[in-house]
Amino acid sequence: MSGSPADPANPAARLTPESAAAVQKGDALPSFTVQLTRADLVRYAGASGDLNPIHWSDRVADVAGLPGVIAHGMLSMALAGRVLTAWTGDPASIRSYGTRFTRPVVVPDDDTGATVELSGTVAQVHEDGGSRVAVVDLTARFEGRTVLGRARAEVLLPG
Amino acid sequence: MVDQSWVGHVLDPAGPYQVGREKIREFAVAIGDGDPLFHDLDAARAAGHPDLVAPPTFPVCFTMPVIEAFLRDPAFGWDYTRMVHGDQRIAYHRPVRAGDELTTVVHVDELRTRAGNHMLTLRCEVSDAAGAPVATTHTMLVSPAGEDA
Repeated sequence: MSGSPADPANPAARLTPESAAAVQKGDALPSFTVQLTRADLVRYAGASGDLNPIHWSDRVADVAGLPGVIAHGMLSMALAGRVLTAWTGDPASIRSYGTRFTRPVVVPDDDTGATVELSGTVAQVHEDGGSRVAVVDLTARFEGRTVLGRARAEVLLPG
Repeated sequence: MVDQSWVGHVLDPAGPYQVGREKIREFAVAIGDGDPLFHDLDAARAAGHPDLVAPPTFPVCFTMPVIEAFLRDPAFGWDYTRMVHGDQRIAYHRPVRAGDELTTVVHVDELRTRAGNHMLTLRCEVSDAAGAPVATTHTMLVSPAGEDA
């Protein structure tokens, strides 16, 4: 899977106990892009066990009325989840993560594949039992349109 | 057949599913996540974990097969071939880690039928070998209601 890494110049790129104290609504999380090819879909199918042929067979995707072979919704969710892990550096800090699957990512059978842009923004910060919790809205875009709806996670802030 | 009588139904516990180190690495590679906690045992231990940590969406690897087995059961009558994943939520009670032996219990939480489609919400309660909660997942699946609507 190719794509651009998270921007190391972004001050919010990695949470520390010090930087976590300054986290506030509107902060941008590290963003990046990914090129998804058919090989990536096959790899994800094998790793996840989701062998639904709409994710690798043009014939079956066509019969299902789809515009082409589409990426697994759970793969898009996982890619957006990388915004969280890149930011927190601690998967144990993620308390919840959920999304709707609103639009498919169509992956052509070529060397370029589909470009997906991933980003996140702090929607709010609240106190919970003496800890600070950031509510993060995540975005995955394909051809300029969002493919995840209401993608949201709760992250326990360090410190 | 798919009807309201299934709501509240609880399936028999499935598992245990043993979370393997190489499975975590394989899954992390498949989602393109190079975070050291998913790959490097020393890094995971330095961060206070007993073994490699699984990426946030990893629980689908073992909950979806349990859900699939239920939906393919002719007794339930679900149109599996035309199913779409509507939404997914996961609440984490603690991180999933290599070496965990996890049991999944599926609960049929909600069934709505609207505009010719069934919308089925299944909840998976995932617990470890000691019976402690690890994760709670909610999966909403959509399928054409067909003739039994």
